[in-house]
Amino acid sequence: MSKKDLRLKIDELSSSIGVFKGLDIQIGRIIDDEWDEPMGPTPFPSIGTLRDWDRKLLERYKPFYMPLCDLCCLCTFGKCDLTGDKKGACGITMAAQQSRIVLLACCIGASTHCAHARHMMDHLIEVYGRDHVLDIAINTNVQAPNTRLVCGIRPKTLRDLEDALDYVETQLVQLTATAHTGQEGDNIDFESKAFHAGMLDHVAMEVADMCQISTLGFPKGVADAPMTEIGFGSIDTSKAVIMCIGHNVLPSVDIIDYLMENKLFEEVEVGGLCCTAHDQSRYDKRAKIVGPISWQLRYIRSGIPDVVVVDEQCLRTDIVDEAQKIGAPVIATSEKSMLGLPNRTHDPPDEIVDDLVEGRTPGVLILEPDKVGEVVVKTALKMKPKRMGFKALSMEKLIELAATCRSCMECVRACPNNLPLMDAVKAAAEGSVDALAKIQPMCVGCARCESACPQKLPLVSFLTKAADEKGMTDSFAIRVGRGAVTDVEIREVGRGIVFGEIPGIVALVGCANYPRGGLEVADIAEEFLKRRFIVLATGCAAMDLALRKDEDGLNLYEKYPGNFDAGGLLNIGSCVSNAHITGAAIKIANIFAKRPLRGNYEEIADYVYNRVGAVGIAWGAMSQKAASIASGCWRLGIPVIVGPHGAKYRRNLLGRADKEEDWMTLDARTGEEKYVGPVPEHLFYSAETLEEAMVMTAKLTMRPNDTTKGRAVKLSHYIDLHKTYYGAMPDDLHLYVRVEADVPFTMKEEVLGIIKDKGWEEGKIGLLDPTLLDRMVRRKS
Amino acid sequence: MSAKMRTGQTAEIPGPKKAHVIPQPKVAASMIKKAKRPLLVVGSNAPKLKTNDGDLVDSAIRFLKTGVAVVATGHLVKTFRDRGTEVYSMPFMNLGDRLTDPDWAGFDGEGPYDIVLFVGSLYYMEWLVQSGLKSFAQDLRTLSLSNTYQPNASWSMGSMPVKDWLTALDEILKELEEEK
Repeated sequence: MSKKDLRLKIDELSSSIGVFKGLDIQIGRIIDDEWDEPMGPTPFPSIGTLRDWDRKLLERYKPFYMPLCDLCCLCTFGKCDLTGDKKGACGITMAAQQSRIVLLACCIGASTHCAHARHMMDHLIEVYGRDHVLDIAINTNVQAPNTRLVCGIRPKTLRDLEDALDYVETQLVQLTATAHTGQEGDNIDFESKAFHAGMLDHVAMEVADMCQISTLGFPKGVADAPMTEIGFGSIDTSKAVIMCIGHNVLPSVDIIDYLMENKLFEEVEVGGLCCTAHDQSRYDKRAKIVGPISWQLRYIRSGIPDVVVVDEQCLRTDIVDEAQKIGAPVIATSEKSMLGLPNRTHDPPDEIVDDLVEGRTPGVLILEPDKVGEVVVKTALKMKPKRMGFKALSMEKLIELAATCRSCMECVRACPNNLPLMDAVKAAAEGSVDALAKIQPMCVGCARCESACPQKLPLVSFLTKAADEKGMTDSFAIRVGRGAVTDVEIREVGRGIVFGEIPGIVALVGCANYPRGGLEVADIAEEFLKRRFIVLATGCAAMDLALRKDEDGLNLYEKYPGNFDAGGLLNIGSCVSNAHITGAAIKIANIFAKRPLRGNYEEIADYVYNRVGAVGIAWGAMSQKAASIASGCWRLGIPVIVGPHGAKYRRNLLGRADKEEDWMTLDARTGEEKYVGPVPEHLFYSAETLEEAMVMTAKLTMRPNDTTKGRAVKLSHYIDLHKTYYGAMPDDLHLYVRVEADVPFTMKEEVLGIIKDKGWEEGKIGLLDPTLLDRMVRRKS
Repeated sequence: MSAKMRTGQTAEIPGPKKAHVIPQPKVAASMIKKAKRPLLVVGSNAPKLKTNDGDLVDSAIRFLKTGVAVVATGHLVKTFRDRGTEVYSMPFMNLGDRLTDPDWAGFDGEGPYDIVLFVGSLYYMEWLVQSGLKSFAQDLRTLSLSNTYQPNASWSMGSMPVKDWLTALDEILKELEEEK
């Protein structure tokens, strides 16, 4: 309960106006007395509450640090060289400094979602009232599983979410304070704090998405959420085009409402990039998804948008300069990114529109969402006749500019993926843009090449133009974000997941900083869908996997159903919808296994870690938000794989399969400690190649609780993928076969031969009721 | 900073402790020859990098024949297998982690490696793993054999044109082959 609220219970009160019995006075709010689940041991945990649990995980998955910088520059003692066993002026070591930066990244990520949630909630409370009832998924009683688990409260109305968010905000301040000079000094304690930030992040994300689903009419956990379109080709350029970028859908809602109220959808197209696009399409499927965040610059440079609307997170901070190049005004709508624009919130809309259309200002700041729609739509309609379109860069101009290249290689050195830009530019100078067009799908859109080029060549525009010439302007189908997994779905598949008969849950999450282009996400998704894993997707990953059609012209969303079952492909939604992924894992423990949820974090995490074969893959992880989302998964016992760029998060959390002593686990039936094999082997892991990631994903779905049938299913996928991509049987099967019945039937002789050569003996690896928590052992009193 | 110390990616600059540039190929060869337990790490880009032997996988096979243990990272081991050669295989991250453990006895259980050579990795991944080794495996000598300077190795080839690098790589291999 919030400290500002008051509750007074009096058995009997005599006063001048009478005698009152059983008096219960509540000031501020109604207490949820109907929840008969007893409170667990850790409601509203503080920084140190779950430290012991974190240390159990971190003892098994030790950090391998890869400093991105050898210095600490955070105070005026510095810069301090921390290389090797040197210490900073404050005494900090290299290991502690790396984990401190990890913590800061997670605090930034969690704060960003929390601030997003706060803005969303405050606005929606203003519009819908505090008593607006939360209703986020059909056939679902366990709403807000993260909030229930962490906070021990069961939110029913928007008002109830305030308590959860107050808690998250308070904790994030505490966490950030620990990174100050002269506070925490131990790297493992910093790591534990990063886990805490991650856990908080999932509460914040859940609050944000619950608010918007409950009030804005988003799909409520339905498998057959509406289809919309994604891609450059989805935008009808004969209409005025509004481009919305960011993550907070409130300004876009007002734009869509204005279009509906004024019957302007026939004249105006609304498209978005990044999570705002997801949430626009959840609000109204007529809103189009242009693409992932990496297309931001590419789309502006295409010259299509007539007006650019930005809200918050992952924006290009030079968006005003970029929009100016195509003559499009920018409307900023959030205090978090005001971009130096004049605040016109309180000016008459027509005056603002006039200033924008006449170019008297490159953009404006409008902080009242209810005013954004009118200004944006009117501006777009008036700007459309002025659109420069693809004439912004002609082919002749491209070739002329390409001829000025000095062959200095700075573009290649600046490119995060060392793409062979220089050679492609030289080819363009000779009249062929084929090489540029070939590179374009692998470009992450950062434009570092342009900043590095001494000739100031607009290299991203080169790529955009070349791709356009090659017809890379398709549109694709995408099912809009469905939100949470329902209780009914959990009941139906819980057994198959916990016993391993459904081989695993693969969650494709995150940003678009890919090593070799976004289509690799489609490769991963398809591989596991064919194998009847459950595949969930959010954010940019949910977009990128849509961007390829097969020979029949169908993409993955058209080929696979949207329900939470084997072979299902679920677009869960935007970044904040990631809370539904951890929420589904939590609900498996609660609904299928009947484990109490309320303020009972350790037990549920222990259950998920030992039983639920879920793996997160953030192949293009880029942001601090991605770091905190992953961190929330780690504390819950869900391993996460990132692409090679993810190594820049400065450390991996790696298990040592060769150290038997690291994998001792309690049998909850007897209290005996047994070796269970390295399952799952890693908690946070950067893969170098897509193929490596896929093999590792199959391996990381194994859990100590797998039945023999389940383990055989999981091993068959691991072996098959390993044979395909590594060209041979895995050499570590003896660590995963517990009894002969674990071996896939069709491979029995071959596998048993291999593992017996390695000294395998049946029974060495335990089949048990696994737990890391001593208190879960069912001792006879 | 000399042209030889120009890093392969603009911002991946050296810290206070930076790799020595290998002045001559024979210096690298000499370090490898003197080592008791050398290990060559071959990254997933190797098949894309053409050498005088064919590609970097073929050159790695030459190293193997001189007695240097070879480990392929990513899923590269399949390429070696397709060419009829067995080498060790380990994910790059695991390998970096193991190399920080002074008690790790190597792939053959015979003891820790005393020099680790790197070729064919994604530039930034090699940069990061060597950064980890620089601080957390201080007794381990690392040697980058790529054609772009790797500041976090103990020793690195200087940045050089591909043609010069191919010659240098060939010279190192010839020295090792002569020794054998």
